[in-house]
Amino acid sequence: MSEITPEVVRHLAHLARIGLTDDEIGHLTEELGAIVDSVAKVSEVATPDVPVTSHPIALGTVTRPDVVGETLTTEQALSGAPAHDGSRFKVSAILGEEQ
Amino acid sequence: MSAAGTTAGGANSGASAPADLTRATAAELADLLAAGEVSSVEATRAHLDRIAAVEGDIHAYLHVNDTALETAAAIDQRRAAGEALPELAGVPVAIKDVLCTLDMPSTAGSKILEGWVPPYDATVVARLRAAGLVPLGKTNMDEFAMGSSTEHSAYGPTRNPWDLDRIPGGSGGGSAAAVAAFEAPLALGSDTGGSIRQPGAVTGTVGMKPTYGGVSRYGAIALASSLDQVGPVTRTVLDAGLLHDVIGGHDPRDSTSIPDAWPSFAEAARAGQRDGAVKGLKIGVVKEMSQESQGFQSGVLQRFHESLAALEAQGAELVEVSAPSFEYAIAAYYLILPAEASSNLAKFDSVRFGMRVEVPGGTVEDVMSATREAGFGPEVKRRVILGTYALSAGYYDASYGSAQKVRTLIQRDFDAAFEHCDVLATPSAPTTAFKLGEKLDDPLAMYLNDLTTIPANLAGVPGISIPAGLAPEDGLPVGIQFMAPARQDARLYTVGAALEQSLVDSWGAPLLDRAPARG
Repeated sequence: MSEITPEVVRHLAHLARIGLTDDEIGHLTEELGAIVDSVAKVSEVATPDVPVTSHPIALGTVTRPDVVGETLTTEQALSGAPAHDGSRFKVSAILGEEQ
Repeated sequence: MSAAGTTAGGANSGASAPADLTRATAAELADLLAAGEVSSVEATRAHLDRIAAVEGDIHAYLHVNDTALETAAAIDQRRAAGEALPELAGVPVAIKDVLCTLDMPSTAGSKILEGWVPPYDATVVARLRAAGLVPLGKTNMDEFAMGSSTEHSAYGPTRNPWDLDRIPGGSGGGSAAAVAAFEAPLALGSDTGGSIRQPGAVTGTVGMKPTYGGVSRYGAIALASSLDQVGPVTRTVLDAGLLHDVIGGHDPRDSTSIPDAWPSFAEAARAGQRDGAVKGLKIGVVKEMSQESQGFQSGVLQRFHESLAALEAQGAELVEVSAPSFEYAIAAYYLILPAEASSNLAKFDSVRFGMRVEVPGGTVEDVMSATREAGFGPEVKRRVILGTYALSAGYYDASYGSAQKVRTLIQRDFDAAFEHCDVLATPSAPTTAFKLGEKLDDPLAMYLNDLTTIPANLAGVPGISIPAGLAPEDGLPVGIQFMAPARQDARLYTVGAALEQSLVDSWGAPLLDRAPARG
């Protein structure tokens, strides 16, 4: 397992799109370091011969008939949006000025 | 005597309604409603009055349904018109705020969803409505169900009705406290690592996590999709069975929903109340979770062993089983859960629903980062960043991949144990309710609280917590947990009802009769 440094936390926060203050980065570096050290215990028993389990109950892929079903109306889909324009979600610029 | 017997008395024999309808169990209310002794409006109003009287102390609800009385009146009218109604029609119910409701805000305890009213009902909520239950409101929870104390709610903690300075468990502390404080006879919870069972244990209520896939997750705001399961929170085992019968069963809208037919869990509970119900039942006592040296409070173990002795006296057989991989469960869980949560919570992107923090001149990514900074609390940030770490290239195999291998080992432990027994037993939680604030600054200590409940989620098996008495040293409730093989949920209702009947008989009254009256 890797050392958790403030730079690692800053990078992870960027990947997760969560703004953090320097103070938060300081706390998180310490807390995540302790948590990561603790959970590293899994590698003690996770030997190469053990298969992974991603899902607790074995079920096949589920399909449904390809027919039109009930869906949300545009109004319903937009009802919780912070901003919308006509029938579309409205967001800030997706690309920066330089792009 | 009926295990469901409370101050409401023998509703089955057609007796008149109790003075305080909030003390009746759901089964008793159902009988009174069917007999015309009580109207749904009366039952609903009694609970709304109770909510008004005790919420200042408890804070179990984030939202109280202002149309509850209209819903109740409509049920009363249908009954008066001679319509045959489902068994629980007219009985009030509280709903954990993680479940989407068309007519009430659904925040999952987070600021980022403050005021959001979903455009659809969760399947379990739709089933409650179809069965004529009356939603009383939405209950408090740790933000996005991340926590064991309800202190991580963005809207302030819920307090334990037994002691207002203590936690009601989490993440579903609101549902458990509402039921324990007689603010609802029934509630829905969700359990990802113990969020139904641990609050049940520390509030003296019954909490059931069904087999993964037994109850639909459609419309349950996802925390960790391979672990989450919705289930009942009640005061009696029979009530849990009745509620499970309403919400359970296949849902084509959830691709992990098990398509099999299920038996009636209410019938399984009623079977447990009959003499000889557990005769010959083999109960596996998990060796790794039954001693003080393993972090268990002495009074918790005392009540646990007394409960086992009570079942032994009814003819059950105790066998010791070993589950050596369980000690790795917490570590695996705190890699798998954050990994899945970091992915699930990516949807809170300030575009389609919820909060948006505007950044003048900023791009949509700047807006996302600012929104998630302002909208997520500390525990959510911690776990999303931890999950991002667990899934990142270079660490994936050692962290997330290894955790998934531990999941296999835990399933093998369960399989091996169930070759020697029908159900497994452990204490539901290592200690009784701790004090508010006690573990808030120590995430690892908070995580350790889930020691007993997490294995069932990792393996997908069902687990139930039943009140086992009060710990002598602090007078607070203790829970005993039973687990069964996947799809064998009915066994838990039978053994749970058998134990409940025997313990309530020995106490002379339900455990919650000893809680402070409040209000």
